[in-house]
Amino acid sequence: MSTLIAVLLSLATIVMIVGLARKARQYRATPAPLKIPVTPAPKTTGGVVLRLAKEVIFFASLFRSNKWTWLFGWMFHVGLALAFIRHLRYVIDPDGMLGFMWPLISLEVVQSFGKYAGFAMVIGLLGLFARRILVARVRYISAPSDYLMLLLIMFIGFSGLMMSFVSHVDIVGVKTFMLGILNLDLQELPESAPLMIHLSLVALLGFILPVSKLLHIPGVFYAPTRNQVDNPREKRHLSPWAAKYDATRGSDKNAAAQ
Amino acid sequence: MADFEVPELKEYPVVPMPKDGVMSHLSPFVAKPEFQEALGYPGNKVQKEGEDPKYILIDGWKEKAIDKMGDLLDRYRGFRVFMDSCVKCGACTDKCHYYLGTNDAKNMPVARQDLLRSVYRRYFTFAGKYFPKLVGARDLTEDVVDEWYSYFHQCSECRRCSVFCPYGIDTAEVTMAAREILAHIGKGQKYDNEIIGKVFTIGNNLGLPERALADSLEGLEEDIFDDIEVPVKLPLDKKGADILLVTPSADFFAEPHVDGLMGYAKVFHATGANWTLSSKASEAANFGLFIGSYENMQRISMRIREAALELGVKRIVYGECGHAWRVGYSFLNTLAGPFDFLDQSYPIPQHICEYTKDALDQGLLNIDKSANDDMVLTFHDSCNVARASGMGNYPGGQFDIPRAVIKAVCNNFVDMEPGTTHDATFCCGGGGGLLTDDLMELRVKGILPRASALTNAVKENGVTHMAAICAICKSQFTKVLPYYGFTMDQIVSVHQLVSNAIVLESQGEEDNDSDDDDAEE
Repeated sequence: MSTLIAVLLSLATIVMIVGLARKARQYRATPAPLKIPVTPAPKTTGGVVLRLAKEVIFFASLFRSNKWTWLFGWMFHVGLALAFIRHLRYVIDPDGMLGFMWPLISLEVVQSFGKYAGFAMVIGLLGLFARRILVARVRYISAPSDYLMLLLIMFIGFSGLMMSFVSHVDIVGVKTFMLGILNLDLQELPESAPLMIHLSLVALLGFILPVSKLLHIPGVFYAPTRNQVDNPREKRHLSPWAAKYDATRGSDKNAAAQ
Repeated sequence: MADFEVPELKEYPVVPMPKDGVMSHLSPFVAKPEFQEALGYPGNKVQKEGEDPKYILIDGWKEKAIDKMGDLLDRYRGFRVFMDSCVKCGACTDKCHYYLGTNDAKNMPVARQDLLRSVYRRYFTFAGKYFPKLVGARDLTEDVVDEWYSYFHQCSECRRCSVFCPYGIDTAEVTMAAREILAHIGKGQKYDNEIIGKVFTIGNNLGLPERALADSLEGLEEDIFDDIEVPVKLPLDKKGADILLVTPSADFFAEPHVDGLMGYAKVFHATGANWTLSSKASEAANFGLFIGSYENMQRISMRIREAALELGVKRIVYGECGHAWRVGYSFLNTLAGPFDFLDQSYPIPQHICEYTKDALDQGLLNIDKSANDDMVLTFHDSCNVARASGMGNYPGGQFDIPRAVIKAVCNNFVDMEPGTTHDATFCCGGGGGLLTDDLMELRVKGILPRASALTNAVKENGVTHMAAICAICKSQFTKVLPYYGFTMDQIVSVHQLVSNAIVLESQGEEDNDSDDDDAEE
């Protein structure tokens, strides 16, 4: 069983990282032939960084759009981020390569925030799930995968909270297991049903991520409507495939000669 | 007056419950084969001749549609990213004026995108290939094509949804891609494609030939002279002019557009500008944008470059037109640049509102604001100006500058309620290539949010007139606001207000200056 989980987690990590990297590369490689920022838009690169930061950190547009969706969505994502940071303790060896992060990750405040953030995460997910069922407009646009995705992450959260607050797990054993994977020296995983469920679901999430709507993670950074500088009059914007139309139009000579 | 129900105005915005497919009966007329081919699209086959002709899709349409989708995915980063990144959060679902006015679930922005996204997923993603039911993917069928044709012509590409999307997904980009795919399988839209054809053959959307244009400009000069006894000129094809004005052809005779054109002419006159219109570029509008065709959009834009070169002008100024200003401000430099032959000390191109604002700031215009005292004005932010372009040299200038111009020439101005102006402005209901009588039901229903906000402004602030800087908005409002109890003349051009208030030398007590003025001409 330990081996199976170890293999699943490793594969999932590889699939997730390679899949996301390939998608990001594809987005980068696809030209944006025209300037299409939704205006008013920043006129400088610094302004664009700020605009994206407001979107990524505070969900600024969503806040303007719908307060309930913002509240639940933001709770879930911030909870997830804090829980994720707490989990770094399982893969950071104080004496290893990433050891420099240890003093930060092991801080009491980081660990307790991460512990209770699990509740924020699950409450946020429950709220989003309720909206999906109760609001007719949102129900209309939902596919089965939209519900399942919420359930998947919700069960990851449930099983995690179970281990934190109900059925404690030998976390030293978990850490030994995780470091074992990283060092290619397989160790036994402590016996625990919630742990098995937790890790299997996390692996499943990793597999799904690059082939699902979770692509909003790279997508948010690549939307030309948000990441372009609004300076079309000041600076000529020309993408490679659009440039070929420059070469073929060739009517200037005729025009000037008249 | 209509064979459909005109929605009821409500004091407070009400988000309707979604009803599936209540607008599925509405589709615009399909473009004829010759108009398809003139734009570089394959000609469709006629299935049924007559008054309501039917066309069949080209052979191999399914493969060609999917290939075209793949091509567009490779060419437009926005389209590709937007197909992937939607999480169906629902933030956009109550933001579209067509949804609010029609209640049709498929007019919710995300549902509209999903008409295309479901096919994208089926043919271009792992999940959709192997688990179509799970992720809402579906096969491309003729029914799907019909649905695309209907609902992608129920989007005015106004980008309001995009403002509110946490990922910046722009339904306009999706609609443009869908229309481009449809045109490539024989289902181009009649109104848009025939208009583009007229631009190529005659020079403007209205098919107004050079002679008729010259006549109507002469007529306008006479009208102005009769009115204020100042010889304000509207020159056409004047070589060696400094400024080329490109303006929507509706400005040449439609009301209230033409009053705006007279306003531009008076501002140019007052600033002593040496300006001209062009018979070659007698159209600022660029419907290539609406149908999502880079090629056509560029071909249309090139006329402006060519006219500027032929006439030897130093500057290009755009008249009041929303989507033209998007193409002008955001795309012209890309499509038809570089404009190294123009005077670099002015924005290229410049909006007439920017020009007038500068003239006001420099004290070049003699204004009598009381001339507009019979009106209480409000301003409709046109979507393409508000959300897809800019004015001035700072973000948001597109909101301040037209308002500054209005306030400089009018004593009574109030904004409509927040959430219906600036970047949250509601579309007039006729933008994006939908200003055609075959879509009248959509236009009447889609104007609802704007009509509600205007009605509230009338009740609360005594607003009598609404100004706009877009030819499509003006045409749509004058035609459709009467369904809601307004009269046509309650819609005005911003430069119509300028025209009313501007006092030109040789008018009134300064009459004795008129000789000098003539000498300069």
